[in-house]
Amino acid sequence: MPDAPDLPAALQRIVIIGATSMIAEHCARLWVEGARLDGDPCALVLVGRDAARLERVAADLRVRNPGAGVEVRTVDFADRQAIRFLVDAIVRGGAPRQVLIAHGMLPDQAACQRDLDAACEALEVNGLSPVLFAEAFAGHMEAKGGVITVIGSVAGDRGRRSNYVYGAAKGLVARYVEGMQHRLAGSGSPLRVVLVKPGPTATPMTAHLPPRGLAPVDAVACRIVQGSQAGTAVVYAPGKWALIMAVIRHLPAAVFNRMDI
Amino acid sequence: MVRVSSWGRLDSHEHELVALADRAAVARQIAHCAAGAAGAPAGLAQGNARSYGDVCLNPGGRLWRTAGLDRFIAFDPDSGRLRCEAGVLLRDVQRMSLAHGWLLAVTPGTQLVTVGGAIANDVHGKNHHVLGSFGDHVLGLRLARTDGTVIDCGPDRETAWFAATVGGMGLTGVIVDAELQLRRVAGPWLVTDTIPYRNLDEFFHLADSSEAGWEQTVSWIDCLSSPGRGLFFRANPAHRPGPAPGPQPGHRVNGRPHHPLDRQPWRLPLAPPLSLVNGLSLRVFNAAYFWAGSRNAGPAVAHFERYSYPLDKLSDWNRVYGPRGFYQYQSVVPRAGGRAAVQAMLAAIRASGQGSFLAVLKTFGQREGQGMMSFPRPGVTLALDFPNRGATTLRLFERLDAIVREAGGRLYAAKDARMPRDLFEAGYPRLAEFLHYRDPGISSSMSRRLMGS
Repeated sequence: MPDAPDLPAALQRIVIIGATSMIAEHCARLWVEGARLDGDPCALVLVGRDAARLERVAADLRVRNPGAGVEVRTVDFADRQAIRFLVDAIVRGGAPRQVLIAHGMLPDQAACQRDLDAACEALEVNGLSPVLFAEAFAGHMEAKGGVITVIGSVAGDRGRRSNYVYGAAKGLVARYVEGMQHRLAGSGSPLRVVLVKPGPTATPMTAHLPPRGLAPVDAVACRIVQGSQAGTAVVYAPGKWALIMAVIRHLPAAVFNRMDI
Repeated sequence: MVRVSSWGRLDSHEHELVALADRAAVARQIAHCAAGAAGAPAGLAQGNARSYGDVCLNPGGRLWRTAGLDRFIAFDPDSGRLRCEAGVLLRDVQRMSLAHGWLLAVTPGTQLVTVGGAIANDVHGKNHHVLGSFGDHVLGLRLARTDGTVIDCGPDRETAWFAATVGGMGLTGVIVDAELQLRRVAGPWLVTDTIPYRNLDEFFHLADSSEAGWEQTVSWIDCLSSPGRGLFFRANPAHRPGPAPGPQPGHRVNGRPHHPLDRQPWRLPLAPPLSLVNGLSLRVFNAAYFWAGSRNAGPAVAHFERYSYPLDKLSDWNRVYGPRGFYQYQSVVPRAGGRAAVQAMLAAIRASGQGSFLAVLKTFGQREGQGMMSFPRPGVTLALDFPNRGATTLRLFERLDAIVREAGGRLYAAKDARMPRDLFEAGYPRLAEFLHYRDPGISSSMSRRLMGS
């Protein structure tokens, strides 16, 4: 990656949208601890809805790396103008090398079928909002380079009765990122956009599920940090989901529709 | 509802899992649970579920999982005082603090337990005679109760609540966060010494003569040998930062921050259909281990993680005991009569043909724990794993119980899944006092078994 001209050469400015999400928090830990062990400077911008919770995450990261600069900002994820304003302000403070877009919520599928407002909100938070962040950052980073990592989901690979509202939103993210990747490849931009598709992960969002079937959050974070570093276009986390979803995507409807998944 | 078992894998039961992830919300979250309709199921905090028996289980009820309460709050590298949430693993504390020249003063034989769990079981380590147990290094903690209140207690404030909560098995409330006093170290290295012993007299002589000069003492005992042979291990922190292999700048393993020991732990891929620990394998293993230890006896230098937590490198090692799981039986008996009691227990184990490779014999120092229900007390402690063979194993435990009872000893709740109530009451004379501090909205399988609710 070329150095951003307005930053000290080694400064790793990292922006995390949805920083109180457990997956994002574990990625942040890997980045700040990695910088400490490597003796690199490190600056983070944590973006979320709840200032108090963001401050708790920031305090933890400062203990893990006392040299890290950690800044906290709040935003309404559904407000397009606020997104634009916030992204511009962050970039004015120094061009980011790494952006992680990780916010989202797991909606209640049945509630979304009954209540269009709930469906709309789930589509906005999980689908529209992440790609608007990605688009806003890409505009600033296209010339200088860097990495934008967007968290999608295996749920976006094929619609299923148990969570197709969430799946559709994540599917939107996947198509959008695919398009951005195509555009950047065509223009020769040094910017990389990475789409991560985690399988079910052990987080508070999935606390009610049997822990055996869930991937440990630190392992998922590890895949995200690695994939971002390498600029991989699509990262399944854990990797086995690439295979599982390849099968699921190719199942004929006659078979798929009989499956209770 | 989700089936959950503890480390011993004796059985599994349905639990309703609730994640605690926001420390500001814990009091509200658990109060909300308790305030349900009359007869609402009681809850219980669960950390990393490394307790062997039923102290961390609440069948049919709620488990408040603290894995998401894993944030550091503040660390002062000058004083070594750390504030952190209760779900932080001891491993993560030490990996953070070592860079500043601090480690935890007291840790058990695994780092994969949470700070909250270490307090609730007032865990001890190999250095008990010098540094006491985990609770001796807790400067304060915040306890959320199901009536919605939060109690800030410590050795200097709300001392009764503190004494009830240290070693209190999670029954006084949910530990939300804690402040710990860490201990200065020059580096991660230990100067170690291994000495084979041929009988219990030699063990006690080694233990007593090592207390003054060695901070850590412990021994492995061959539970099948009749004189009680074993290997005595003693260690001190090295005074120099030592032969540190250290992280090479720019190098990382698997994208994680590089750590010299941070390899993926080896994992037993699936539970074998029957216990791999049986009479034959045990005889072979014990003989080989004693022989190898005797050959490699003498002084050495070791990294503290490798030396102190060897099994942490073997994830899911508890599966070797097969689908029926295993018990651990850990007792402490006073030194007066302690030698005879240990000898009698070993004889009973040998006669039963049970037991396992994991057999630990250690003397405790002359100090009681901070907690009303703390396990460590002056005396000698014997800990053994036993593959679950049903009634045969339980009959052996009854014989061991009789020896412990007779010697005036006690069993360790963190390991227990079956002790009789009278032995519990006899072993823990402050039980009646402790019961005043219980949270009525909290209950465990163990508390129902041993305290009636």
